[in-house]
Amino acid sequence: MAGVAGPGTGQGAAGGDGDDSLYPIAVLIDELRNEDVQLRLNSIKKLSTIALALGVERTRTELLPFLTDTIYDEDEVLLALAEQLGNFTGLVGGPDFAHCLLPPLESLATVEETVVRDKAVESLRQISQEHTPVALEAHFVPLVKRLASGDWFTSRTSACGLFSVCYPRASHAVKAEIRQHFRSLCSDDTPMVRRAAASKLGEFAKVLELDSVKSEIVPLFTNLASDEQDSVRLLAVEACVSIAQLLSEDDLEALVMPTLRQAAEDKSWRVRYMVADKFSELQKAVGPKITLNDLIPAFQNLLKDCEAEVRAAAAHKVKELCENLPMEGRETIIMNQILPYIKELVSDTNQHVKSALASVIMGLSTILGKGNTIEHLLPLFLAQLKDECPEVRLNIISNLDCVNEVIGIRQLSQSLLPAIVELAEDAKWRVRLAIIEYMPLLAGQLGVEFFDEKLNSLCMAWLVDHVHAIREAATHNLMKLVQKFGKEWAQNTIVPKVLVMANDPNYLHRMTTLFCINALSEACGQEITTKQMLPVVLKMARDQVANVRFNVAKSLQKIGPILDTDALQEEVKPVLQKLGQDEDVDVKYFAQEAISVLALA
Amino acid sequence: MFDFLDCVADLKGKEVKRAALNELVECVGSTRGVLIEPVYPDIIRMISVNIFRTLPPSENPEFDPEEDEPNLEPSWPHLQLVYEFFLRFLESPDFQPSVAKRYVDQKFVLMLLELFDSEDPREREYLKTILHRVYGKFLGLRAYIRKQCSHIFLRFIYELEHFNGVAELLEILGSIINGFALPLKTEHKQFLVRVLIPLHSVKSLSVFHAQLAYCVVQFLEKDATLTEHVIRGLLKYWPKTCTQKEVMFLGEMEEILDVIEPSQFVKIQEPLFKQVARCVSSPHFQVAERALYFWNNEYILSLIEDNCHTVLPAVFGTLYQVSKEHWNQTIVSLIYNVLKTFMEMNGKLFDELTASYKLEKQQEQQKAQERQELWQGLEELRLRRLQGTQGAKEVPLQRLTPQVATGGGQS
Repeated sequence: MAGVAGPGTGQGAAGGDGDDSLYPIAVLIDELRNEDVQLRLNSIKKLSTIALALGVERTRTELLPFLTDTIYDEDEVLLALAEQLGNFTGLVGGPDFAHCLLPPLESLATVEETVVRDKAVESLRQISQEHTPVALEAHFVPLVKRLASGDWFTSRTSACGLFSVCYPRASHAVKAEIRQHFRSLCSDDTPMVRRAAASKLGEFAKVLELDSVKSEIVPLFTNLASDEQDSVRLLAVEACVSIAQLLSEDDLEALVMPTLRQAAEDKSWRVRYMVADKFSELQKAVGPKITLNDLIPAFQNLLKDCEAEVRAAAAHKVKELCENLPMEGRETIIMNQILPYIKELVSDTNQHVKSALASVIMGLSTILGKGNTIEHLLPLFLAQLKDECPEVRLNIISNLDCVNEVIGIRQLSQSLLPAIVELAEDAKWRVRLAIIEYMPLLAGQLGVEFFDEKLNSLCMAWLVDHVHAIREAATHNLMKLVQKFGKEWAQNTIVPKVLVMANDPNYLHRMTTLFCINALSEACGQEITTKQMLPVVLKMARDQVANVRFNVAKSLQKIGPILDTDALQEEVKPVLQKLGQDEDVDVKYFAQEAISVLALA
Repeated sequence: MFDFLDCVADLKGKEVKRAALNELVECVGSTRGVLIEPVYPDIIRMISVNIFRTLPPSENPEFDPEEDEPNLEPSWPHLQLVYEFFLRFLESPDFQPSVAKRYVDQKFVLMLLELFDSEDPREREYLKTILHRVYGKFLGLRAYIRKQCSHIFLRFIYELEHFNGVAELLEILGSIINGFALPLKTEHKQFLVRVLIPLHSVKSLSVFHAQLAYCVVQFLEKDATLTEHVIRGLLKYWPKTCTQKEVMFLGEMEEILDVIEPSQFVKIQEPLFKQVARCVSSPHFQVAERALYFWNNEYILSLIEDNCHTVLPAVFGTLYQVSKEHWNQTIVSLIYNVLKTFMEMNGKLFDELTASYKLEKQQEQQKAQERQELWQGLEELRLRRLQGTQGAKEVPLQRLTPQVATGGGQS
């Protein structure tokens, strides 16, 4: 006991490779049982290291039983344990022994804390793939059955997540048993279990044989879709998508559509919301004919639902719905059946509804073509451009590229400009920020003349906004514009204005000049940087305010690589050296750093 | 049914309905002999149609009950009268549960319970009283009501963390628990351990803590053997970062200790006082102070004194260390008082602990070093195994008896 117990001595004694497994299980177990929860947590997170030290056999025969028996710990530790065990198959000897991991994971799957249970189920799903079919039936399926008949809802809930992974490879008789258990969970007394079953219904249906889907899953689906709790009903809607993908159109019409129609008119807004949210998937799953007969009318109702959240969810799906309609006759359907409802939404009372609509409505122009866009959609765009809610206006502006493809922005530019200006001067800085971010896109589409005429002054004004985030975004914006319009444009239009700011009485504005130079120098190239920007920077090295001076040092560091060696040696180096002797400690620091980075010393 | 969201719509109609409801309320409240059998289904139907609705989505998902104004129900002018009517109906001396139970069924109760999620506190207040009456008068529905409350709480704890009516439901449950017959049924004990205790882990505990603590203490007064479960449960869910909750937990703990039996105290004293010591060392002044106030409680003090030989070692190390390190002078002086009390209780033990504490401190660094070497070795082994061509070669390890002390050290 004396010399071997201490791990330090064990390691020293080893030297070679064979005998270094002198770590007594006791020492390792003590680490796992340490009173300090942080140390326990660290040990558990390195469980694979411990398992490696023990080797596969001792991991199976000693470590795993220890873990199974001591599941009483803090949830944090249990979570880490559940995660580790998911990757343990190799450490217990490979797929033949994967089932050894089941006992501790089974306990973890019954723990009350949801995240621990969920992680245990995730690990069990992972391990199930590594079981041989024989082991699956001998060990995994019984585990699932035990969980499914557990007396507290936590184990039954966990069981729901395991059916789809063990079903495919089970034998015929066992498959029947598995289906039987799933059925009973779908009609469980506890709503928590029914919810878990409903959320896994789609996944389970996908691995079943088609006959079973029709004879067993569909009745379960219908029941869950008429459950007394709306939280269960709305999960059934999700399952509907998966089920619909498996059935033929005739079967769909008979078996699924009645339930779906009911869901779209459910008295609970949450269920209707779910239908709206999943609409595109439903549309794809049921096919064009049923879409035309059933889904479109349902969609119309959702667009005028009494609850704003439902309307907003439906509005979000307008574009996708239209895109997924069959090409033939698409225009007519949209014009006659969708457009009237959309027109109503443009003047909805709720801003989220309008905002949702604004984010997708532009996309309709590519589907409807030039004529219809000009006649029907353009008025709607213009109305939303003048909406009182800034988010609505922003959403329109951010999607202009769709419209540009179809009719060209000129049509909009008359109304566009006032809208942009208003947003650019909005009291809320986040609104101003959003507009700045669209500026390069707009500039690209409107062209350089329009920009110079109308938008240039805006961009410069942002550089001296009183919110730092705006000034920063504006600087970044300028860089993108220069990349788009070229350095000659920059030299003529922007650079002069930027350099003028170097004389501004407000030191923040003078610093903005430096930040702009940092951002623009690369795009502008060596000549402009050396001839025009460098003199200004060097002059600011004598500024009164220390912040400006140390930013000069940082600027020089940034633009240094773009300058040629002569400029660096003759002009930059002396200035940096002088700054290196500055009385302010930050200035000295940044000057010295610049010198070393530019290798001027 | 009228749309109150539009405040100018159909004013005349609304007034007519309001007047009618008012009349009904008067009638059922004052006149006798009105509640004849045929009238029951109509009454229940009228009530259902008016009050049962899916509650609209919350406009303020981050509603803070202490700061924000609650979102009031716009149709309250009518709704309030319907509730008032319902209540007087139930409380009328002519009311016959045996007739009503055909119409007030499980489905009705379930929808009633769902309304507790209303954001309007006035509505919840009415619902609370109504549900209490229903529980009192319909014996056949009692088990169902308890079960559904359980489901609501479980969903609140494990799935949503959002439900506005927890405090009201707990208030009703408080009086229900008060009326439990002894010996307590397993169902009730399970409810305490699996629902009420985990309810302590929710973020919004402050909204309903008073009612929850009352329920817990009621349980303990009915059956003292539940004490160990309760205290271990609270220790398990002890807040790690929310100091506001910690202060609440300490308050509840003191309430429990006020009624604890000495035989139960002995079972949990060690883990309990270890936690109390941790609270004393908290940098948050309120938590530390609240924990130290335990020593002002005479009954607790007497329990400590009777069990000094177990309690003192559990708290000593932490108290000693904190007395030297805590930033707040008040706390430090309170700790000194506590240490003085201990000294007077059992001076010999106190001195022993002081001595062994200093020794332990010296050994701690050594143990930390050993631990680091252990893990380093394990890590190197792992890398060797991963790179090495030979598989895990198992050399039979020496079997050691597991030691209680940490690290592989021998004394």
